[in-house]
Amino acid sequence: MGSTKQEPISASGSVPKPAETIKLSTDKLSFYYGSYRALYDVSLNFYVNRITALIGPSGCGKSTFLRTLNRISETIRHTRIDGSITLDGEDVLQLDVTNLRRRVGMVFQRPNPFPKSIFDNVAYGVRVNGLSRGVPVREVVEKSLRRAALWEEVKDKLHESAGALSGGQQQRLCIARALAVDPEVLLLDEPCSALDPIATAKIEDLLFTLKDDCTIVIVTHNMQQAARVADNTGFFLLGKLIEFDQTEVIFKNPSTKETEDYITGRFG
Amino acid sequence: MSAAPTVVPRSRASEFVARLRAGDQLAYTLTVVCAASIFLVTCLLVYELWTGSVLSRHKFGWNFIFSSTWDPAREEYGAVPFMFGTVVTSFVSLLISVPVGLGAAIFLSEMALPSISDTLTFLIELLAAVPSVIYGLLGIFLLVPILESAVVPALKGVLGFLPIFSGPFFGVSLFSASVVLSVMIVPFIISVSREVLMAVPVDQREAALSLGATKWETTWQVVVPHASRGIYGSIFLALARALGETMAVTMVIGNTPRVQASLLAPGDSIASVIANQFTEATSDMYTSALIELGLVLFAITIIINGLARLMILTTGARVAK
Amino acid sequence: MSRRRKIVNAVMLSLTGACTVFVVGVLFVILGYLFWNGTRYLTINFFTKLPVPVGESGGGMANAFVGSAKLLLLAILIGVPFGFLGGVYLAEFGTGVFPSMVRYMTDLLNGVPSIVMGIFAYAVVVAPMGHFSTFAGGLALGVMMVPIALRTTEEFLRSVPQSLREGAMALGASKARTIATVVIPAAIKGILSGMMLDLARVAGETAPLLFTSLGNTFWSPGWNKPTAALPVMIYHYAQSPYEDWHRQAWAAGFVLLALVLVVNVTARQVLARTSHAR
Repeated sequence: MGSTKQEPISASGSVPKPAETIKLSTDKLSFYYGSYRALYDVSLNFYVNRITALIGPSGCGKSTFLRTLNRISETIRHTRIDGSITLDGEDVLQLDVTNLRRRVGMVFQRPNPFPKSIFDNVAYGVRVNGLSRGVPVREVVEKSLRRAALWEEVKDKLHESAGALSGGQQQRLCIARALAVDPEVLLLDEPCSALDPIATAKIEDLLFTLKDDCTIVIVTHNMQQAARVADNTGFFLLGKLIEFDQTEVIFKNPSTKETEDYITGRFG
Repeated sequence: MSAAPTVVPRSRASEFVARLRAGDQLAYTLTVVCAASIFLVTCLLVYELWTGSVLSRHKFGWNFIFSSTWDPAREEYGAVPFMFGTVVTSFVSLLISVPVGLGAAIFLSEMALPSISDTLTFLIELLAAVPSVIYGLLGIFLLVPILESAVVPALKGVLGFLPIFSGPFFGVSLFSASVVLSVMIVPFIISVSREVLMAVPVDQREAALSLGATKWETTWQVVVPHASRGIYGSIFLALARALGETMAVTMVIGNTPRVQASLLAPGDSIASVIANQFTEATSDMYTSALIELGLVLFAITIIINGLARLMILTTGARVAK
Repeated sequence: MSRRRKIVNAVMLSLTGACTVFVVGVLFVILGYLFWNGTRYLTINFFTKLPVPVGESGGGMANAFVGSAKLLLLAILIGVPFGFLGGVYLAEFGTGVFPSMVRYMTDLLNGVPSIVMGIFAYAVVVAPMGHFSTFAGGLALGVMMVPIALRTTEEFLRSVPQSLREGAMALGASKARTIATVVIPAAIKGILSGMMLDLARVAGETAPLLFTSLGNTFWSPGWNKPTAALPVMIYHYAQSPYEDWHRQAWAAGFVLLALVLVVNVTARQVLARTSHAR
């Protein structure tokens, strides 16, 4: 599944692990809010069953970039995409957008459960996409909640309101909700920024187990998190992708000065 | 070398005088009196309604709201035909205006460009500024002929077997009053619903869209439920207005104090009969009965308005932390 | 994604647009119809002559114009001071049980149907005096103005930043002086616009006048006699069987609506430009 082109992107010339298949990639992607250019020719590969982190200072464009991948950026008016995005070799911009969003799921910065019960939250994507035929919804809900490491905590109160859960639990619920539709790619936009360290640790552990079933892209403000969790890391600055490589390389041996300055905290 | 000035504690009297000179006391007294006058007026209103209706209340007791006889000649008065008319016209007007109003609110909140949405909302809110008597004027000369020539025949053709659409239609009727009312209350539903829909956080919509829902599915299954409390509040608000509407209703309802099954028959409402008959009331008992009707209407609108405000005000405290 | 979902999406979203177009369309129909029928029958006589007996021509509604003007003047004189000063109280002195109760009562009063206000004015003025009068009608309208005048005043005064008050008081101004010379001027634009909206609303009210100022086919000098009023004339004429009266009803309707809408739109435009935009 996925094209087998291997394209080294890092400026240092080093190559990500061989025989990696590419799940999702962008080629010279630029993004405009009206006449303001937010992204400059970003070319990037996301490999199957790997976790890729996108780091960079506030306003560098990493969240903007993430939101183009499932085309949720289109909900804002007067925006434009130049360049291409490819999922399993298909042009994302030509695909049916609601189907795309089922295949490429998203978890947001602040937990945003629907004002429904826990059960109905997880079941929502399943029901609306008509995926519940043949498989009882209850099974899908349980499976997703287990994958999100939330089942034990909520199994006795599935029909209570999602609003009664703690922040960390709500975020895991949102992850379960996104997983219920069996996405091939999961995009996470600073998922732990509103959470305490314990909740954050739970979610990071979760990501390790999830990557076996899908490709993960996580935008994070927290460098240590990227270092803990990601296989590959991309560093963004002022709308450009400065460097992309295996996480170890980025953090121990970056090839550009800007990357090094950011990693060592000379600017934030 | 002077000693540091000693601070002499002022007596309450001198404080008062100081305030008096500064005009503060005057300002306070004046404004308190005006605020208190609200109190006074409200209490006086209830008092007048209560004492004005004493003759009728003593004669009929609770029977007043259970009797459907309204016969000034025999001095027999009952509120049922008017309560019936008030409730039916208000209810039917909601049946018409809620779907249309909610649909428009959804369009204005979720679909239209902000500038267009603002302009259209401004125009729609103008409908609320049109005086009731003008709605009545248009009701008589524009709406009723249209109903007579086109709408009711079509309605009878399709749904004529239903008892609510049975019988002859002579223009003035419960149905005509309901239609006029629905036009009058739809701007309230649209205005408030649009505001609460727009207040639903963006990330709720994004979450649903990210799961692969279509725009309509997102709107109907996530956004509208999120705003449901405020929407119900707007419906109660509209209902409260409909219940008290006088002029437009009295000009097209038919002024017939009878309870009947068909919407196409003429009827009457509480506000309408008071407007019509108050100056013709030939006896104290007659006047008293009309005032008692006013008391009933007052009570009903207070309750509905209270519920409306409760719902709109508590919209903020929805899906928890 | 299934075709069915796509179709449902397109159909339902189009329906919402249709609802909007329908409602806006109704507004234009109302305006257009009134304009068409109203302007046709506007004549000099309409504005300057008294009503004449049925069958004769050349009658007008001069007394109704004057009557409405007098009633609204009374309404302003009664409603604005109480509403304004009450609003000042709630905004500047108003925490605690009593102010909360006043607010609640104000909302209550606002929800009272206008016909019940008419009963109130009847009971308080007409019955004791034994006859209908302009004063009774003006009182009914004035009382109806109070709740909105009060809430508007309170709202706009509250929106004046606390720093303005503190600045004045730090210079030694008393509370009353601060309110009068600093706070009120800062909020005056919004307050005046709110009052205008209130007045426009009350100008179209008919029900409270039906048994207070009643009506009159002649001039009504002073404040103690019943008087004609524009909305009441429309009501009576529209329900009559006479063509000539229908025409006058249209003309009156047009004039009334034009005045109400012009005031309404102007006030709202001004409001939209105040710093306290909703």
